[in-house]
Amino acid sequence: MSERVAVRKTYKLFIGGKFPRSESGRSYLVQDSNVSLASRKDARDAVVAARAAVKGWAGATAYNRGQILYRVAEMLEGRREQFVALGVPADEVDAAIDRWVWYAGWADKLAQVYGGANPVAGPYFNLSAPEPTGVVAVVAPEAPALLGLVSVIAPAIVTGNTVVVAASPAAPLAAVTLAEVLATSDLPGGVVNILTGKITETAPTLAAHMDVNAVDLTGVTDAELAVELEVKAAENLKRVLRPAPADHDWRSDPGLARMTTLLETKTVWHPKGV
Amino acid sequence: MTATATSARSDLSELGRSETALRTFLHGLPGVDQVGAEQRAAQLGTRSIKTTAKAEAIDLAIRMVDLTTLEGADTPDKVRALAAKALRPDPADPSCPHVGAVCVYPAMVPHVAEVLAGSGVHLASVATAFPSGQAPLEIKLADVRAAVAAGADEIDMVINRGAFLAGRYSEVHDEIVATKEACGDAHLKVILETGELATYDNVRRASWLAMLAGGDFIKTSTGKVPVAATLPVTLVMLEAVRDFRAATGRQVGVKPAGGIKNTKDAIKYLVMVNETVGADWLDPDWFRFGASSLLNDLLMQRTKLTTGVYAGPDYFTLD
Repeated sequence: MSERVAVRKTYKLFIGGKFPRSESGRSYLVQDSNVSLASRKDARDAVVAARAAVKGWAGATAYNRGQILYRVAEMLEGRREQFVALGVPADEVDAAIDRWVWYAGWADKLAQVYGGANPVAGPYFNLSAPEPTGVVAVVAPEAPALLGLVSVIAPAIVTGNTVVVAASPAAPLAAVTLAEVLATSDLPGGVVNILTGKITETAPTLAAHMDVNAVDLTGVTDAELAVELEVKAAENLKRVLRPAPADHDWRSDPGLARMTTLLETKTVWHPKGV
Repeated sequence: MTATATSARSDLSELGRSETALRTFLHGLPGVDQVGAEQRAAQLGTRSIKTTAKAEAIDLAIRMVDLTTLEGADTPDKVRALAAKALRPDPADPSCPHVGAVCVYPAMVPHVAEVLAGSGVHLASVATAFPSGQAPLEIKLADVRAAVAAGADEIDMVINRGAFLAGRYSEVHDEIVATKEACGDAHLKVILETGELATYDNVRRASWLAMLAGGDFIKTSTGKVPVAATLPVTLVMLEAVRDFRAATGRQVGVKPAGGIKNTKDAIKYLVMVNETVGADWLDPDWFRFGASSLLNDLLMQRTKLTTGVYAGPDYFTLD
């Protein structure tokens, strides 16, 4: 019997629930694999896909979003060995799955903790409710490849935002594999979009894009680039999450800040006794 | 001019007089190679238009837009707002050209006319029992006269598809002639509703029929049936106006309408115009886009080229 011919995998982008190659046709060699090198236009296409997904995702019930996120954790569990084979330590995979479950639980609880009834001087019920801000552009941390990625994606989408993620250029395989998990988890296409390639190419486009509502600069290590991105983001008053300190411990308690920064607060006045 | 061309011209003008002559002529037109037309259209769609050429194409496309609203829910204020947008599509940039025309229902024409007066933006109105065309001829003609009297200088009529598909070409022809007469000085655009004509051969025949009857423009669709303008259909129509000018010396415009939603599509059409009929048609007087959402995408792309930053729909008016 002849030997099997190897089936080599091309790691592609994840945009709108599909896995396209880069529009530019480019790829780069990293982690012994060919990975798509996203261009400005891929970033733009990803924003279009993310914007299109906002209505359905933000409009879904919090309970439903929680269910879907929990489903993602289930699928991650099933792909454990694959992540380990890509070089992600087994305990990091576990931590990432636990992190995902933790955030999934917040889906239908954050409104109680972060919203509420306000006492006002008048015959009104005054209620504040958190609402998603819209499309969030995320620069994922360079490491840890999986836990870092999960720690920036989950808090953004659990509240109803959609994201365009620039994955770690040095370790993109975990990101593309996570995309395969997301694609099979009932998560609507376009809620998470993942671009692999150079941060210097995709991040400025995303930070300047007028149809992006917030930027998460967690993974930006170059201080000058971070400033440039913040300046670009100021053009249409995007919400900004600043870069994480280099010694950030990703296993520590993440707190609520990642979720709450990417929210708007809607306050309604309702007359009493009518 | 050669003797044959002159005789061909007089022959063509005689065609409308007899059903038999018209049918013989229309069915004598060469058939359209469907696969070839579709492949040609797809191939032209792959051209890459960048930087300065793209900027020029976008401005040209903006000038070619017939900014359209044809809804039962149109109100005087809504069409006035649309007309204001037609005059100055991008309020943030005075160098942005105005669109070609505003296209509304006849009842809305007076409201638009007062905004557009003296601006150079044309005022088009659909008439002749748009979109079905299924009304008695007198009513269709009264529709046209009312629109023209209210201030429309372009009339978009629908052909009688029922008669066309039943093979009563004279009836269709005579209706177009009568409508043209009712238009007076107004330009007549003839909507073929290609989505209901089923074959490219029919599109070619209907194009010739509309041109023989005196239409100034041939237009693909009403936008009210599922299949609207497509690249191959527009290619067939462009070939028809090219051949018609070669045979008669008269130039007829083309207007694809419906389903053209973004800049990329619009530029594909412009490439096709240039490659099929040449630069003579690359002008708002001879080529138009019937569209509503297209304009915002053109404006966003234009803003991207001038500022370097991708624009968002939040910063442009909805209608």
